Amino acid sequence: MSEVDVTKDSAPGGDDLVVLENVNKHFGALHVLQDIDLTIARGEVVVVIGPSGSGKSTLCRTINRLETVDSGTIRIDGEPLPAEGRELARLRADVGMVFQSFNLFAHKTVLENVTLGQIKVRKAAKAKAEEKARQLLDRVGVGSQADKYPAQLSGGQQQRVAIARALAMDPKVMLFDEPTSALDPEMINEVLEVMQQLARDGMTMVVVTHEMGFARSAANRVLFMADGRIVEQARPDQFFTAPKSDRAKDFLSKILHH
Amino acid sequence: MNVLLDNFAAFREGFWGTVELTGLSTLLALVLGTLIAAFRVSPVPALRIFGATWVTLLRNTPLVLLFLVVTLGLPALGLKGWDSFWLAVMALGCYTSAFICEAVRSGINTVPVGQAEAARSVGMTFTQTLGNVVLPQAVRTAIPPIGSLIIALAKNSAIASGFNVVELGSVMKTLNSAAGYNIYVIFFWIALCYLIITFAVSGLFRLLEHKLAVPR
Ligand SMILES: Nc1ncnc2c1ncn2[C@@H]1O[C@H](COP(=O)(O)OP(=O)(O)OP(=O)(O)O)[C@@H](O)[C@H]1O
Ligand SMILES: [Mg+2]
Repeated sequence: MSEVDVTKDSAPGGDDLVVLENVNKHFGALHVLQDIDLTIARGEVVVVIGPSGSGKSTLCRTINRLETVDSGTIRIDGEPLPAEGRELARLRADVGMVFQSFNLFAHKTVLENVTLGQIKVRKAAKAKAEEKARQLLDRVGVGSQADKYPAQLSGGQQQRVAIARALAMDPKVMLFDEPTSALDPEMINEVLEVMQQLARDGMTMVVVTHEMGFARSAANRVLFMADGRIVEQARPDQFFTAPKSDRAKDFLSKILHH
Repeated sequence: MNVLLDNFAAFREGFWGTVELTGLSTLLALVLGTLIAAFRVSPVPALRIFGATWVTLLRNTPLVLLFLVVTLGLPALGLKGWDSFWLAVMALGCYTSAFICEAVRSGINTVPVGQAEAARSVGMTFTQTLGNVVLPQAVRTAIPPIGSLIIALAKNSAIASGFNVVELGSVMKTLNSAAGYNIYVIFFWIALCYLIITFAVSGLFRLLEHKLAVPR
C-alpha cells in the first residue's frame, strides 16, 4: 500500500509510465469511472479485480483511449493522450492490448497478424517483420502455426498469437482484459505462463483477471474496483489474506468459495 | 431471322456500347461507393453528413431525372465539351454508387467491432484500419448484393439511349423505326445481348465470392 501513495505527483520523466488523474467517465446516466487516480510505475504488474460491471474493462480501455473519458487526464510515459487522429494512433502503438475474445484479424494468417502492425505502423520491411514475428511466435509457443488462419487454432493458441501481435510493436505497457476467461480450463495455464514470463522479463502490465494464482505470483499490486471506484489497492499477499474494505472481503469470500 | 445478320455491325456497336458504359460506370460506382461508405463510418462528422446526403439524394432521384440533370445541368453550369457517353457514365456511376455505398456499409457492419479495436490498438489510423482489416472482411458479405447492383446497372444503362449514346437500347430504337422487321425478333436479340452481359457479370461475381472466401 505504501508504495502506491508515494508515487503520486512525482516529476515527469520519472519512472511513472501510466498516470491517470481524476478520471471520470459516464455511459449515459451510469457513472462507470469515478474520480480514478492511478499511477503505474515502469515494470510494475497491476492486477485489477472486482465484481462484474465495476468498470474494470472500461478502465483498461480508457488507457489506450478505446473509450474516451469525460474529464481528467491520462498520460503514457509523460505524454497526455491526444484526441483521435494520427498522434493518438502513434501513442496507441506503444500500448499493447489483449482482449478477452482474442480479436485476431480473421482474414490474415497467424504470421500476417503479427507482421501487419510492424509493416503498417512501424514501417518495418516485410522480411524483418516476418523474422521478428517468427521469433515472437516461437516465444509464445505457436511457431508451428504461423501459416494457419486464426479460426484453425484453439482458443489458447489464438490468445498467445494475440499476445505476440501486441509484443511485435515493442509496447511500453501491455493491457490484458480478462485474457483467459473465454478459454477452456485446460488452456488457461498456457496463456498464464506466457504472461508470467512477460512479467518476469520486466514488462509493465495491467491485467484484469480473476486468476488469483496469477495475481499472487506475478502482480506487484492488486487493485480492487467496485461501482466505478478503486476501493482498495495493496500487495497481493496483503490483499488476499487481509482485505481492508468490506466490499473486498465480501467479493473475495464469494470468488474463493466457488 | 436476318435482322441480326443484316444489322450485325449495329448490333455489335450497340453491344460494345453497353459493355463499355456498364464497365466504366461500374468502376466509377465501386470507387465512389466505397469512398462514400468510408465517409459514412468515419469519425469526422462533416464527412458522415456528406456521405448521408449523397446517398439520400442519389438513391431517391429517378435515374432519368439524374440523366437530365447531368446532361443538361452540367453543361449549363459551364462544364462543356463532355460527350454524351461520359455524361452517361457519370450519371450511372453516381446513381449506382449510392447503392454500392449502402451494400459496403452493411458489409462493414457485419465485421465484429473487435476487429477494428484490435487494429486501432496496434496503432493503425482510421484509414489503415478500414483498408487493411475492415474492408477486406466487409467485402466478403458485400459481394453478392454488389453483383445484383451491377446487373441492375447494366440494364439501367438502356436509359442512356435517350441521351444520344449508342448502346443496345438505341439499336433497338433505330431498328424498330426502320422498315419491315418483326419487332419481337428484335426484342429477342437485344434481350439475348443483355443476358450475355448480365450472365458474365454474375459469373464474375460468383468467382470473386469463391476467391475471397477464407477458411473459418
Ligand atoms: N459501450 C457501453 N455503453 C453503455 N454501457 C456500457 C458500455 N460498456 C460498458 N457499459 C456499462 O458500464 C459498466 C462497467 O462496464 P465494464 O465492462 O467496465 O465492467 P467490468 O468490470 O469489466 O465487468 P465484467 O467483469 O463483467 O467484464 C457496466 O454496467 C456496463 O454495463
Ligand atoms: Mg470486463
